[in-house]
Amino acid sequence: MLDSRVRQKLQDIVGEAFFKDDMESLVTHSYDGTPMLQALPEGVIYPKDTAQVSAIMKVLNEHRIPLVSRGSGTNLCGGTVPVQGGIVMVMHRMNAILDIDLQNLTATVQPGIITKQFIEHIENLGLFYPPDPSSMSISTIGGNIAECSGGLRGLKYGTTKDYVIGLECVLASGEIMRTGGKLMKDVAGYDLTKLLIGSEGTLAVITEATLKLIPPPKYKKTMLAMYKDLYGAARTVSKIIENRIIPATLEFMDNPTIRVVDDFAKLGLPLDMAAILLIEQDGDMETVERDIERISEICREELADEVSIASNQEEALRLLTARRSAFTALARLRPTTILEDATVPRSKIADMVLEINRIAEKHRVQICTFGHAGDGNLHPTATTDARDHEEIHRVELAFEEIFEAAIGMGGTITGEHGVGLVKAPFLEWKVGSAGIAMMKGIKEVFDPHHLLNPGKMFAKESRRRVVIDRG
Amino acid sequence: MAKLPAATLQETLIQKLDYEQLTNCMRCGFCLPACPTFKETGVEAESPRGRISLMKAAVDGIMEPGISFEDQMNHCLGCRACEPACPADVKYGQLIEQARDAIETHTKQHRWWVSGVRKIVFKELFPHQKRMSLLGSGLHFYKKSGLQTIVRKTGAVKAFSKHLSDMEKILPDASSKGIVEQLGTYIPAKGEKIATAGMFRGCLMDVLFTETNIKTVKLLSEAGFDVVIPETQNCCGALHAHSGESDQAKAMAKNNIRAFQEAGVDYIVSNAGGCGAILVEYDHLLHEEPEWKESSSWFAARVKDISTILVEQGRPLQFAETIDDGASTRITYQDSCHLRNVMKGSNPSRQLLKEVGNVAFIEMKDAGSCCGSAGIYNVTQPVMANQILEHKMENVNATAAQYLVTSNPGCLLQMKLGIEKHGQKDRMEAVHIADFLYDRVVKK
Repeated sequence: MLDSRVRQKLQDIVGEAFFKDDMESLVTHSYDGTPMLQALPEGVIYPKDTAQVSAIMKVLNEHRIPLVSRGSGTNLCGGTVPVQGGIVMVMHRMNAILDIDLQNLTATVQPGIITKQFIEHIENLGLFYPPDPSSMSISTIGGNIAECSGGLRGLKYGTTKDYVIGLECVLASGEIMRTGGKLMKDVAGYDLTKLLIGSEGTLAVITEATLKLIPPPKYKKTMLAMYKDLYGAARTVSKIIENRIIPATLEFMDNPTIRVVDDFAKLGLPLDMAAILLIEQDGDMETVERDIERISEICREELADEVSIASNQEEALRLLTARRSAFTALARLRPTTILEDATVPRSKIADMVLEINRIAEKHRVQICTFGHAGDGNLHPTATTDARDHEEIHRVELAFEEIFEAAIGMGGTITGEHGVGLVKAPFLEWKVGSAGIAMMKGIKEVFDPHHLLNPGKMFAKESRRRVVIDRG
Repeated sequence: MAKLPAATLQETLIQKLDYEQLTNCMRCGFCLPACPTFKETGVEAESPRGRISLMKAAVDGIMEPGISFEDQMNHCLGCRACEPACPADVKYGQLIEQARDAIETHTKQHRWWVSGVRKIVFKELFPHQKRMSLLGSGLHFYKKSGLQTIVRKTGAVKAFSKHLSDMEKILPDASSKGIVEQLGTYIPAKGEKIATAGMFRGCLMDVLFTETNIKTVKLLSEAGFDVVIPETQNCCGALHAHSGESDQAKAMAKNNIRAFQEAGVDYIVSNAGGCGAILVEYDHLLHEEPEWKESSSWFAARVKDISTILVEQGRPLQFAETIDDGASTRITYQDSCHLRNVMKGSNPSRQLLKEVGNVAFIEMKDAGSCCGSAGIYNVTQPVMANQILEHKMENVNATAAQYLVTSNPGCLLQMKLGIEKHGQKDRMEAVHIADFLYDRVVKK
């Protein structure tokens, strides 16, 4: 229970309606989108502006009370579960678009704005903000920044970090700091903007962001290629890039995913295919036509069984449906869906998928793999049941081996979901002990009393690696 | 009410809630943007994910469900927009009904007038078709006798509740004679007969919107259906089921199943999304009673909304070409949540409306989101209902339509209320789709 003086101080800052500590509020802020994690906070607070965030942080700092800041809680790494209690700060009320600068092509927003609402607003002005996480219809820009969200357009357009050029944040001490600005070039000191992006709420509370906008592509074309040979699909991915074509989207589904998706969406997909690639290119009409033509040649050269190019919007939508159905179809198979995030250099995709399948078989668990082939960001997804502890244990073992395999291929433990609670034991595998020490040092400077999202990113101890290096 | 004094709400929740469904929620948050109460408040507890987490926490013993738990469950409109949005196919509608059912056996917190309304509506009125038509006569008398004028002028209704007084203004001309009294129980098909359709007349529909019922039947006949209207049918039980009175809902379901089975129909046609949605789920409502399995499935498989049956089974209707001056009529459509989210019938209505001659169909922004009517929600939760209606009217007005077409009596009344409140009465009219279509059909 929260000390009654602290409670009073917090209520004085935001008003009685916006600080809650009834059981219903605590329970509904004890989880995020990650399966099997839950921990109750001691209070939930809804600030309306930066000044309130600063005042709240000063109170919490004085009393050494932890804080978890969050948007819609859609993340998949346990990043916003209040594992050490304290206060959950919900940013939904801070949802204004503060400024759209058409001369500099920037937007300045508060963190609580819903990504899709922001994108729609920008698109109505004839502009483009490319990061498009699958959760964009509910996730917030602040959450996207905290996790450095990616999405389907990451290959060509980059991810959140490529579009955030300035930030305002509140430090653990309650001080307000500004980084960057409406500047395309800025080398004044360390790049604190980039450091804060993807810092998962462990360094500061983001209260404002300046985002870079770009002109939208004029034209788009969608195609689908199906392969009996997994390596054919993988070679296609590498060869497209080798040919100096960067598609807007280059998505992948493996055979187990194809089977599940087809069973669910009845799309008539061939079930004997090892992989399907969904490819989109956008830009000037002439370039798009030429690129799509060349890509389909490459697909055929790599022995694709079937290549289909959408002739109109409706057909494109049908092709996209296959990829979009993947999550929905998988989610309906079993009660618990664990969607992971291993990433490898794109030349290693086929090896990685085969490795995932081997590991799944070894541990007798169902893992389907789909994801962003173009940037090597795979989502091996286990369908299981949280109530079956023995099976969950096997799933955990399998994922441990999958992360290890990814690192062995020069990959990483997470490409766009973040470390949070779930990946914390594996972080050292990726960044090494020197890397961990450096990160912990940075954390120490920002947050000496470990109040900001404690328990995340850094595990008490790292999981020991069974095999040292696979090369 | 069957009180179980020995049990606590928590124990009853454990007993009633489907734990499998609670577990299926993976908390991905996809339901949040679909939920009207979350959209209005931005508060997690006012979302499907939040409400399911509360139910699960109560069942798991993490918290004891108290007054704010009850409030949270009662704030849900039951529009079920979260279900199509859910990747994991969680049966939220069933969970909320189970939770409310449990709450109903324990709660002491209904305000006196809510209890009063519930008792009258659920026990004394809706289950009894004769009393419903007496209500119709009463309302008819109220409007025609000048009593309405007296009540309005003296401000007597205002003393009751601001919301009810607003509602009173938009009361339609009720009828003392239901559809059977006016048309009989059998209306033959025009032209060659395609199939036999059983008309589900509804309780409120038959009293407040008899004319709409009559036009629904005539549309069916125009499209090639023999129509029978089994006299022994009663209220669908939707309001009861959604408000936690599930025993009563089951009794009414059984009676309806018997009535339509005896009538030997090929289809059962509803013109009220709210009724239709529970009719197609009679098999689920009675799933704990194996002896009803066969006949409840028989019934559920035959239920069609009027628009759906006209589009999918009926002979294409012929609509009049133009209405004189050449300028097209602007129309827009407010979805019935239950027709859209449960009966999956949002397309046929639009298809029919677009077939009508000389109309410009304007798709309203967020047409699929709830209008706030939601059964008796606008009476029991007037604050939230009003807030939702306000936002709905912004979208309605933006269409500048002359006709706002709906597919459910509750929505129709709510839209009338919205139009009345926003002073749009002179240039906009809310109509039921059956009325709109029938008035424009070329009769054979």
